[in-house]
Amino acid sequence: MGKKLLMKGNEALAEAAIRAGVNGYFGYPITPQSELLEYMATNLDARGGVFLQAESEVAAINMVYGASGTGKRVMTSTSSPGFSLMQEGVSYMACAELPCLLVNVVRGGPGLGTIQPSQGDYFQAVKGGGHGDYKLIVLAPNSVQEMADLVYLGFDLADKYRIPTLILSDGALGQMMESVEFPEYNVEEHLVDHSSWTTVGRENGREQHYITSLHLLSEKMEEINVHLQDKYKKIQENETRFESIQTEDADILIVAFGLSSRSSQKALELAREQGLKVGILRPITLFPFPSDELKRLANNVKGILVVEMNAGQMVEDVRLAVGSNIPVEFYGRMGGMIPQPDEIVEKIINLSKQVKI
Amino acid sequence: METTREGIVCNNLDQMDVVFDRTEVLHDTPTSYCPGCSHSVVHRLIMEVIDELGILGDAIGVAPVGCSVFAYHFMNVDMQQAAHGRATAVATGIKRVLPEKIVFSYQGDGDLAAIGTAETIHTINRGENIVMIFINNGIYGMTGGQMAPTTLEGDVTSTTPLGRDIYRQGHAIKITEMAALMDGSYYVTRQAVNSAKTVRKCKKAIKQAFQYQIDGKGGTSYIEVVSNCPSGWKMTPIEANKKIDDQVLDYYPLGDLKTPPKGA
Amino acid sequence: MAKLHGHIKIEIENCKGCEICVNECPQDSLKMSKNINKKGYHYAVLEDDTCTGCTNCALVCPEAIITVYRESKTAKEKIATISDVKDNISISVN
Repeated sequence: MGKKLLMKGNEALAEAAIRAGVNGYFGYPITPQSELLEYMATNLDARGGVFLQAESEVAAINMVYGASGTGKRVMTSTSSPGFSLMQEGVSYMACAELPCLLVNVVRGGPGLGTIQPSQGDYFQAVKGGGHGDYKLIVLAPNSVQEMADLVYLGFDLADKYRIPTLILSDGALGQMMESVEFPEYNVEEHLVDHSSWTTVGRENGREQHYITSLHLLSEKMEEINVHLQDKYKKIQENETRFESIQTEDADILIVAFGLSSRSSQKALELAREQGLKVGILRPITLFPFPSDELKRLANNVKGILVVEMNAGQMVEDVRLAVGSNIPVEFYGRMGGMIPQPDEIVEKIINLSKQVKI
Repeated sequence: METTREGIVCNNLDQMDVVFDRTEVLHDTPTSYCPGCSHSVVHRLIMEVIDELGILGDAIGVAPVGCSVFAYHFMNVDMQQAAHGRATAVATGIKRVLPEKIVFSYQGDGDLAAIGTAETIHTINRGENIVMIFINNGIYGMTGGQMAPTTLEGDVTSTTPLGRDIYRQGHAIKITEMAALMDGSYYVTRQAVNSAKTVRKCKKAIKQAFQYQIDGKGGTSYIEVVSNCPSGWKMTPIEANKKIDDQVLDYYPLGDLKTPPKGA
Repeated sequence: MAKLHGHIKIEIENCKGCEICVNECPQDSLKMSKNINKKGYHYAVLEDDTCTGCTNCALVCPEAIITVYRESKTAKEKIATISDVKDNISISVN
């Protein structure tokens, strides 16, 4: 508290979770996030929680489901192929409105892929990787500090809205070491009373609580869906977060999240040195997406460049928000390659020529 | 609720004690199970045990996918619905964060021995201190009567229309024997509910299993209940219960496969 | 030991006509009615005066709709009549 520590992203996230009062961590090893699991194994039991390495990601997400139903703060972490395995459990938790923190330290895909960083799971995270109409709150850190900060926010939002919340990180953020300061955080003040629905035994003979996502009567299932959609609307209205860097006078707007926003920041510096007025809009919440801010900025800038580490995923949401009045270009690297600042600058220059500035 | 209006009338009912009544830990809801289904019987036994042991305030059950997916509409205890096969993982999550509560899972043969095999093996391997109830009726009832891992050789199901052929579909799996082999299991038993005699023994086993958990005895208590499926087997309930005696119990014999050492 | 007289009550509207109780009764006291309940099932009926209150039928009944009575070993004697109750009352018998 107040002390600057040098930590690896995965470990900073784990430390933040322990300080945020996590009661249960159930996970499975997978590169590049195993350090998170190992940090929990070493520290969680001694600091008031329970750690268990499950037999698979499938088992892990279901352990999270069970433990979340008791009202405890619980989480799991994994990487892309593991997150695919968890999709069934995530869909169940979204429908049953079970709060939890999920972490996907994304690696190159598809398939077994590579262990290098990627942003190829944006669709899976934001559009729902599991079946059915549901959303997760998706938080995208771009530094080790944010790997920690977004944990506190993640748990609070999960509890507030009874929704699984996902931290969408990547292999580089998980592995890199930067300074991090953990904030003051009184766990008791942040916990929510879930006793009206949790399954802890019919204490004092109270009526039964049961947790399910099965509603065979269509009318009832539609009611549930309407309720979920209302919830997502509220989240959209109240929980959008983003960072704006020099957007007030920008002609070219870069939209980037996570690691690609770090390269973009360097590209912004280099471009500004060349006299190009570049700004960055960095979504911190991918769901809810900062569409309103993007629409507002689109009125002032001449062109948008979306930089991602995938074949073009968030760019679709940018285009949806912006419409067709100004060009929205895309630059992406795949398979674990990271867009370099000079590559991004080249794209900025091309775009500025295209829009004649 | 109207009782029989025919048959013998009893004049001295006020001279009698009630020696058997429906436990209040069962919901009043009529079950959705087929006539004669073993599920209903086992539901009742578990609820009677929870009632008699006085653990209503601590009991948390996990319902599977299968015919008993709506177990929580019949069992009046706190319950969680699990995804297919994952009941023991869900139970593990609950028990790990609430170790003083009494947690049980309730699964059919697909849930426990097909899609959930990994969760089954590893929950027992970890010796999770829960009660696992396994309803083995050798068929997938809910989805229309397909082959289960425990369907016997030669039995006709909708996916073995010519009878189960071990060379194509493999053997009926002996998952309970596997459970008994594992160090993490504490009490492993195979019971049935196809007669008053087997019902009495089954209830005793269930009560013993829950008592072990209440006493914090390490390890998993696992009760397989060899059950019927009159609809899937295309028999009357009485015929189905007879098939259990005549055929099923030869392959899956009743009795304790593992008991804790005396004084443990 | 004299055979105790017993009796059962069945919630016939919830009977599914599985006949397991009929099969299980050691006294053969139970039969299936020729009538059907609201769900269309023939329901079980205690026909003969030979019930011993052994509870076998209730034990095997999947629907838990049988209540079993058995004659007390000690004779019961009426000791008081309570009538004309308007509000709460409490009674203690020494």
